[in-house]
Amino acid sequence: MNRILTSKWTKVFVFVLCLLPLADLGLRIFAAASPGVLGSWFSNGLSANPVKFIEHFTGGWTLRFLVITLAITPLRKILRQPNLIRFRRMFGLFAFFYVSLHFATWIVLDHWQQWSWASIWADLLKRPFIAVGFAGFLLLVPLAITSTAGWIRRLGGKRWRMLHRVIYIAAVLGVIHFYWLVKSDKREPLLYGAIFAALFLWRIGTWLVQRRRAAANIRKPSVSAESA
Amino acid sequence: MLVKRKPDLTYADVTPKGLYMGRRNFLLGAIATYGAVSVYRRLPDWFGGKAKGSVPVPIQGVRKWPGSTTETETPLEKATHYNNFYEFGSDKSDPAQNAKNFVTTPWSVSVEGEVEKPRKFTMDEIMHLAPLEERIYRHRCVEAWSIVVPWIGYSFSTIAKLVQPTSKARYVAFQSYYNPEVMPWAAGTGIQFPYVEGLRIDEAMHPLALLCVGMYGDTLYNQDGAPVRMILPWKYGYKSIKSLVKIRFVKDQPDTTWNNYSSSEYGFYSNVNPNVDTVPWSQEYETRLGPGLGLFTAKIRTRMWNGYDEVASLYSGMNLRKDH
Repeated sequence: MNRILTSKWTKVFVFVLCLLPLADLGLRIFAAASPGVLGSWFSNGLSANPVKFIEHFTGGWTLRFLVITLAITPLRKILRQPNLIRFRRMFGLFAFFYVSLHFATWIVLDHWQQWSWASIWADLLKRPFIAVGFAGFLLLVPLAITSTAGWIRRLGGKRWRMLHRVIYIAAVLGVIHFYWLVKSDKREPLLYGAIFAALFLWRIGTWLVQRRRAAANIRKPSVSAESA
Repeated sequence: MLVKRKPDLTYADVTPKGLYMGRRNFLLGAIATYGAVSVYRRLPDWFGGKAKGSVPVPIQGVRKWPGSTTETETPLEKATHYNNFYEFGSDKSDPAQNAKNFVTTPWSVSVEGEVEKPRKFTMDEIMHLAPLEERIYRHRCVEAWSIVVPWIGYSFSTIAKLVQPTSKARYVAFQSYYNPEVMPWAAGTGIQFPYVEGLRIDEAMHPLALLCVGMYGDTLYNQDGAPVRMILPWKYGYKSIKSLVKIRFVKDQPDTTWNNYSSSEYGFYSNVNPNVDTVPWSQEYETRLGPGLGLFTAKIRTRMWNGYDEVASLYSGMNLRKDH
């Protein structure tokens, strides 16, 4: 297992896997733009409302990659596979990649021919779910920038870890963004909410256990001192 | 004679094994990707089985209504694969898939309540109560997209005149077909079923209010509300109730499904109004789902009453922000 996890090829394989959604989207756009070339396989693959489709598609994959990224630490501990950490940065950066596509679609395609900072600003102010999503996107920008080894060194491990806890806030904002945009069928956003909640609770749980252990370790010497 | 030619390829030109393997892996990966995605896309067709539901049939002898819009029609494929029909699931692609087994024969519509002659109409009777007209209407969804559809039907007032509403009838309540066994996707979508809608009686009697039995020359598609529905082009789409089974003339303002879900966002009237937003959408603009790719299309400005100014007199003196 360790040999697989540390192999260079596994990383390449996972990288290609993370690009599958992009390939799917690319094929859908290609099929819609050139009808007949791919036969009926991808007919109507972008739905009747392609801009909304691309927004929902890239938004969904952003949430899924955030889930995967935040699941790495619990999985490392539960499965006793510390080498899983080798993939965390890649998953996090893919979450950022898909949210960037999501953001770009909204900025460019959703305002096509009516493009102005004013209309984008109006959209932000008028529709709170957009403001929340935008805030989540902004929070991920510094995390993507400081994802390199150089930045970890420059910031120091402790400060870097503190900064990267911002991903929890971004995930919560992402779920609120999704929850507010669906009309009445809230099952999918609630599912993401529940998954993130479970991942957060696991962290709180392990933190509490560690704290109690640390406290016990401090008490132990005093106990032995008394008995002496 | 032996001519020694310099070989045009030498060992120096041989692709290093690593690179070659890399490229092969990449190609295999790309092919596998394409295959996997294609298979995934076809799964619903393979496992869905053969559709057992009613299918649209051509309607003969339909005359053209003179008031039709000349705007470009939405292609049939788009109007039938981008639907809000929560009985068959809340994703816009769900109804086309899930309504395939919906059987709409036999069908009847019960007209009752404050009327002199309550009556049950069979679908065959409904098809022949008045000459069928093709009316090309703009149809504006509250989700800020719109379509242009050639509907077939006649004014709802035809039915009303036959049953003769009494003086007590001030509103009309509509109810959709609902059978959880046929529509297991409905539960969990967050709204109540059966789906109910309502109009003030003067709205219902307006000639634009269409009792609709067909589209694009055929009877209605299952996912678009077969076999009979309402079309109210000056209101948001959810007012145009689908798969109608009951019409009740009543004294008091009836419950409506989306108003029950959120009265602050979905008013009883729900007239298209670019000045009143519905969270989370801005109603100022709309995306017209027309022919073509639709990736690079300018949104169009939404018009008051969806451009059907002839209904304005129904609402004179009303505060349209409050009674939205």
